[in-house]
Amino acid sequence: MYGQFAVPRAGWADPGRAAAWWRLLVSRILTFCWVEVAKIRHDRTELYTRAIQPALWLVIFGETFSALHAIPSGGRPYLDFMAPGVIAQSALFVAIFYGIQIIWERDAGILTKLLATPTPAAALIAGKAFGASVRSLLQASVVVVLSALLGVHMPLNPLNYAVAIVVIVLGAAFFSTLSLTIAGIVLNRDRLMGIGQAITMPLFFASNALYPISVMPWWLQTLSTINPLRYEIDALRGLLIGTPSNLPEDFAVLVVACVLGITTSSRLLRRLTQ
Amino acid sequence: MPVTEESEPLAVEAIDISKRFKDVVAVDRVSFEVRPGEVFGLLGPNGAGKTTTIRVLVTLLPPDSGQARIFGLDAVSQTMAVRRLIGYVPQQLSADGSLTGWENVMLFARLYDLPRRNRKAAVAESLELMGIADARDRLVSTYSGGMVRRLELAQALINRPRLLVLDEPTIGLDPIARTEVWERVLSLRQEAGTSILLTTHYMEEADQLCDRLALMHHGRIQASGTPAELKASIGAEATLEDVFRHYAGEHLVDEGGSFKDVRAVRRTARRLG
Ligand SMILES: Nc1ncnc2c1ncn2[C@@H]1O[C@H](COP(=O)(O)OP(=O)(O)OP(=O)(O)O)[C@@H](O)[C@H]1O
Ligand SMILES: [Mg+2]
Repeated sequence: MYGQFAVPRAGWADPGRAAAWWRLLVSRILTFCWVEVAKIRHDRTELYTRAIQPALWLVIFGETFSALHAIPSGGRPYLDFMAPGVIAQSALFVAIFYGIQIIWERDAGILTKLLATPTPAAALIAGKAFGASVRSLLQASVVVVLSALLGVHMPLNPLNYAVAIVVIVLGAAFFSTLSLTIAGIVLNRDRLMGIGQAITMPLFFASNALYPISVMPWWLQTLSTINPLRYEIDALRGLLIGTPSNLPEDFAVLVVACVLGITTSSRLLRRLTQ
Repeated sequence: MPVTEESEPLAVEAIDISKRFKDVVAVDRVSFEVRPGEVFGLLGPNGAGKTTTIRVLVTLLPPDSGQARIFGLDAVSQTMAVRRLIGYVPQQLSADGSLTGWENVMLFARLYDLPRRNRKAAVAESLELMGIADARDRLVSTYSGGMVRRLELAQALINRPRLLVLDEPTIGLDPIARTEVWERVLSLRQEAGTSILLTTHYMEEADQLCDRLALMHHGRIQASGTPAELKASIGAEATLEDVFRHYAGEHLVDEGGSFKDVRAVRRTARRLG
């Protein structure tokens, strides 16, 4: 009645078939990006509701401060200056709460099953982190469109846009590993929400999202040098608006942050299932 | 069924496995073996240590001492290779409700590195085999408990495992859904020669389905053998339930379950609808 296995599978269960680690890593990253796309296709509400806050920042804060001319924006309209900041912020908000998903998956027993597949912890975390960045990227695109509609001048340079995508992906991957790390420590959804809420605004204000670093008090300037968001925004501003930025430094910081984030949170992953 | 070294290695070889959580000894020097092609049942009341034993065998939990081998491979040092040989269905109902049935199985096809050209056909076949092909495009949050269990079996079968590990596969299912799950599991054994290690506390199920059984209580294996052997050791008219009582004491069959497990099952049931 149920038939036999018709599809040939010789060699599938062959333990000798050990792929190179980097191929496994790339394969798992693609897989979890695919999952994330499927989930977004099934439920788009989050994409819309999360667009409201950046829209408010741009429309209310942006328009008001443009009129005030209170913040030095390097000779550009203030709205142009702040748009990359709000784009990065919207991606940050998605990523920083991504750990909630892994806690939900742990409570639902899904994580146990994922860990019983031939997927090393670091590959699972990297997969989840870049899966989160798919979501962040989509959110950021919404804000890019919104900014364009509000008249922000962003020269349409395909190469710059391609590099900006990489920047957003790296930034989101880092902040989601930060979220996964917190998840691995607190092991509880409510506490993760609380900590997420407590750190997003400090991350945002200790960055160049709304004002240039030069106008900050010295202690905030110092603090902002260890804030990856600062480098993400610096890169995005250079790429999208065309202000001077230090791309090599920005990339170096973001890549190092991602590697550190993935290593740390994969160490903590076992805690979630034992 | 004599098994020599040269023929096939044992599907499972548990040697003196122990595992403790702080002051609870969950598994205490457990040894047993599952032969290739056999259905082996681990029986015991709540808290006996069945799930912990299984988590050691499927590489999720390193044992404090002892060895676990799956088809001759070490579950501690050769984790990736062991995982490729196993299909695992945990105790808790655990498919992703925010994906469709097809997507849930496809996810596992990808995680087991099925070649791209075979994936779609293999996923379709697995869903067909478990009788949920009609519901493949529905979100799993709309599935019944029995359907989720069969979906999980479809996931566990996707890499055509040589060993299927089922932790209470029929817990919380109504009798019809239970029969359906068992029919499909047994047809697998018949047609693909899959070895099966399962846990349950339904005595009749264990009696009918398992080639051999081990009774577990307080982290230890109290007795093992074929259902017939176990019953004969107690008396001519004995049922498996009597055997169970004999080895584990009177009160245990309705011990009720630890709060944690009951809560987990309820939560899953609610979430999956
Ligand atoms: N992660 C854990 N941390 C602490 N104690 C644990 C953990 N997992 C299991 N235990 C304890 O170990 C013992 C054995 O638990 P286990 O889940 O293996 O039993 P079981 O036979 O599967 O029971 P059930 O029939 O309820 O599923 C229990 O006393 C349980 O409370
Ligand atoms: Mg159990």
